[in-house]
Formats: sequence, structure tokens, C-alpha cells
Amino acid sequence: MKSAKELAGAAVCTNTGTTTELNVADYFRGNKMDYKVVAFEKADEVVAAYDAGRCDVYTTDRSGLAAQRTKLKEPDAHVVLPEIISKEPLGPAVRHGDSQWGDIVRWSLNTMIIGEELGITSANVDKMKGSPNPEVKRMLGQEANFGEQLGLGQDFAYNILKKVGNYAESYNRNVGPDTPLKLDRGLNALWNNGGILYAPPFR
Amino acid sequence: MASQGETASRGGSAFWNDPKFRSIFFQLLVVATVVGFGWYLLHNTSANLERQGIASGFDFLDSTAGFGIIMTLIEYSEESTYGRAFWVGLVNTLVMSAIGIVLATIIGVIVGIARLSSNWLISRIATVYIETLRNIPLLLQIFFWYFAVLRSVPGPRQSYALGESIFVNNRGLYTPKPLFGDGFEFIAIGFLAAIAGIVAVRRWARKRQARTGEQFPVLLTSLGILFGLPLLGLIVAVLAYGGVPLSFEYPALTGFNFTGGLVMIPEFVALLLALSAYTAAFIAEIVRAGILAVSHGQTEAARSLGLRPGPTLRLVIIPQALRVIIPPLTSQYLNLTKNSSLAAAIAYPELVSVFAGTVLNQTGQAVEVIGITMAIYLGLSLSISAFMNWYNRKIALVER
Repeated sequence: MKSAKELAGAAVCTNTGTTTELNVADYFRGNKMDYKVVAFEKADEVVAAYDAGRCDVYTTDRSGLAAQRTKLKEPDAHVVLPEIISKEPLGPAVRHGDSQWGDIVRWSLNTMIIGEELGITSANVDKMKGSPNPEVKRMLGQEANFGEQLGLGQDFAYNILKKVGNYAESYNRNVGPDTPLKLDRGLNALWNNGGILYAPPFR
Repeated sequence: MASQGETASRGGSAFWNDPKFRSIFFQLLVVATVVGFGWYLLHNTSANLERQGIASGFDFLDSTAGFGIIMTLIEYSEESTYGRAFWVGLVNTLVMSAIGIVLATIIGVIVGIARLSSNWLISRIATVYIETLRNIPLLLQIFFWYFAVLRSVPGPRQSYALGESIFVNNRGLYTPKPLFGDGFEFIAIGFLAAIAGIVAVRRWARKRQARTGEQFPVLLTSLGILFGLPLLGLIVAVLAYGGVPLSFEYPALTGFNFTGGLVMIPEFVALLLALSAYTAAFIAEIVRAGILAVSHGQTEAARSLGLRPGPTLRLVIIPQALRVIIPPLTSQYLNLTKNSSLAAAIAYPELVSVFAGTVLNQTGQAVEVIGITMAIYLGLSLSISAFMNWYNRKIALVER
């Protein structure tokens, strides 16, 4: 089994009321393949039923598949197929109407992405404070007043990078190839590295 | 007496001390509060929906659903509308409730009578059954049955097979699907005529027994009619069209799963077992209470008339017990119907799972979808209870 194209006639486990339920219908219809969808209310039941052999395939977000695979009795007996049959971007979400909080969340993420781009890690952030690069200086609070504009301290970016690390560090620690989830960076790589991850500059 | 009335009206100080005025005033106040609150809710909902730009109305029922459903007893595909998906869900709910009610009643009556058995072992087994099943939450029992069913049968490739036509695996129970050919209507007519005939024979036999006391072998005659008339239809069909008007489509393993034939999905089996086993425990207690409510003197009187234990139960005890049994039994039937909505947890596509789950999530028409769903359950429950009330009146004690 190497491709989702070989799944004609399969029984597919998924959650009810998700976009996944529609995506799987679109995918099978689009490829003119027969299928049976077994839709559960909760993810735990989907996984349990799949593990009990009710279905041939389980479909959900790619990161979800990686996470759920670790819960199976024999994770190595199951493969995540390469096809990505829909666009399901995940990211931080905030409530409408509080733009200051929205800005803080947005720039926290941007800080992590720019941190990776400029090579600032939790290990070298103290040393980077002495860097001559003007963007690093602005980011770590030596120049300009981005922290104040957000209503935070001047060292907010320093704190994020020191305590959490940049995007790559966080990714590799939580979901990357060396974790049980074994997810490649794929589209999550930086824009200059074959992915689509891009943040506006600290300016 | 007259002076009292006079004092009441004369000494009746202000009008707000008049009990009549007070009662009308407070009733008006309550009505106004309830109506006002209802108006507030309606107004608030529609204002909020409008502010968030959610269109209300039932137009969404005509748009394409786009999702698949695993068990459809009526024509349905991804290109069907949301309205069609609603009917699929409703039919699945109705089928589950109807079969569940019949099965729960059969198990319940047997267990209820077993609990009254003078045989120690039988009555203890019935007691354990009742106390276990009615004291464990239904949702847990549904999961138990579901995974018990799933794990006790092999995958499609290692199916248990009965001949080359019936297969059992964790995708379902596959049986051949009958295909009706030309002339099948003769057999159908024969079958319907047989049912009518059996009803007529039973009536006639009962009247004759009441008149003359002679018994008629009703069971044997009924069986004869039941098989004889459709057989006659078959002969007519063969003579008219030169072939048996019935063929079968056999299930066959192709790729991942079996295709063709009729399939009963494991979700259906698990939910049916869970609902009927659970409700049967309550019905058993109702049956036991009903039988115990009939005084023991009735049994003794029947015995002294020479009735054997079977007819005593059937002709003397049960008819009297039914009057106590029917009203609480109605609630159990309603419970079973409503509990079938727990099926969403194990992927049986009934009304709540398909309509109040998938359709609601995809259309966002929360108010309409939930409104329709509630109206359907209300209608179902009221119909069941109307039927049971009718039946209750029919068997009520007729005073002479």
C-alpha cells in the first residue's frame, strides 16, 4: 500500500461533522472509487474502531494521523499515506475584537519564525544580543520599541526565544522526525527552504 | 348566611383585596411574564443570527449534501440533498426503534416471567441479568457491545463463511440479496391472502369454541395456509412466466471488502443488542410487577376450574396483568426510541448522527436543524404513546 489511489472499495473511519468527512467524499468521488464511510462522533472512538479492524483506513488532518498513530496497539503496522487530499491550515486563533491580544499572538509566532530565519536559538540568544545585525537588535529589544508598541516589555522576543526557542526548535521538539509523531517539515519549512512559512520583518 | 355576604361586599375595603380580582391579576401577570420571556428569546435569537449573517429558513434542505452515509435503506448518494439525508437518518432511527421495541419486549417478557419461576437457578439468572443491565449506563453498554461485536469476528479476508453465500466479518453480516423477477407478485398476493386467511380462521375458531366448546387445530391450519398459498402463487408464476421469479445476488470479496448482497453493519447489530438488552431489563421488572399485581386467588380459581399452568398464564393472569403493564411499558418504548440517538457514538447513522450531527455542522443552521430534530422525536413519542393508549383502552376491564 503506497498510495491513497489504491483505496477503491475501502471502509474509511472518520469523525462526523468535520471537513474531513466531506474531503473524503470528494476525494473518492473525484477518483471514481467506491468507499464506505464510518463516521463517529469522537476521535477516540474512531481510533478504537479503526484499531479493532472496523475500517481499512482512517482519515483526518496529517498531524492528527501522526498523533493518533502513536495510540494504536502496533503503531509500526500502520502507515500514513503520502497524499494530502485537502488544505487544512492550522494555527493560533484569537477571539474577534481584541486587536492588542491579536497582535501579541501574531508577533509571538512571527518572532519564532524570524528567530529560525536569523538562526537565533534558545542556546545562542544571549550571545546574539551582541550581534551587529540591525534586525536582531530590533527584535531582541536593543533598538526600536516593538515591545512597548505591543504593550509588552522590550525583551518579549528575547523571552520567547530563550524559554521556548525558535520555530524549528519547537517543531522538532514536539512533532518533528525525532519525536513519536515523526512528521517532516514539509510545507512547514521556511519560505527560503522549500516551505511556505513566511513572516513579515521586524521593522 | 346573608349577613356574611353583605359584610364581605360592604366591608370589602379596596378592590385589591377582592380575591377574584387578585387571582385574575396574578394569572395575567404570569401569562405576561411567560409570553414576554418567550418573545425575548425569539427576538434575541433572530437578532443575533442576523448580526452574524446566518440566513434562517429551510432552503438549505435543497442543497447538495456531499457526504456519504454507511447505511441507507432508501436511495441516497453524495449528490443527494440535505433533505434526503434527513430522511435516511429518520428511516434508520425508525427501523432501529421498531426492531428494538419488538426484541426488548420479547426478552423482557421472558426474563420477567423467569424471575418469578419457582426454579431457583432460573430465577437467580433472571435477577442477575436485570440487576446488572439496568444499573450500568447505557452508553457504556453500547461501547461494550460494539467492541465485543467487532473484536469477536475476523476481518474481511478471514470471514466466517456459511457455504458461499453468507459471510460474517467485522464489516458486517453479508447475505444474498433477493432479486424479484416477473411474476413475483403472485407469491406476494398469496402471502397477503394467507395472512388474511389466518386471521379469519382464528376468529372463526374462537367463535366456534365459545359456541360449542370444541377446539380447532388453529396452529396447524395456520401453518398450512402460510406455506400453501404462497406456494400456489409460485406455481402460478412458474406456469405464467416459465421460471422461478426469484434469484439471488451473492456477496463476493473484491479488494478490501465484500460487495453485492445485503449487509447488516456491526453498528446496527451492536446498537440493537445494547438497546434491547438494556430496555428488556426494565420491561422484565414491569412484567413481574404486573403479574404479581394479579391476586394469587385468580391462579387458584383457574386451577380449580381445571386449567393447566400454560392456559392459566395466557388466559387468566396475562390479560389482567396487561392493564398494569401497558402504561409503564409505554415509557420504556419511548425511552428506547429516544436512546437510539446515542448511536452517534458508534457511527450508526440515525437521525441525530446524520442530521443533528453532520448536516448541522456543515450548514450551520443550528436553530432549524435542532428544531426539526426535536419536533421529530416529539412526534415519534406522541405517536407511540397514542398507539399504546389506544391499546390500553382496548384491553381495559369491561365492567358488566
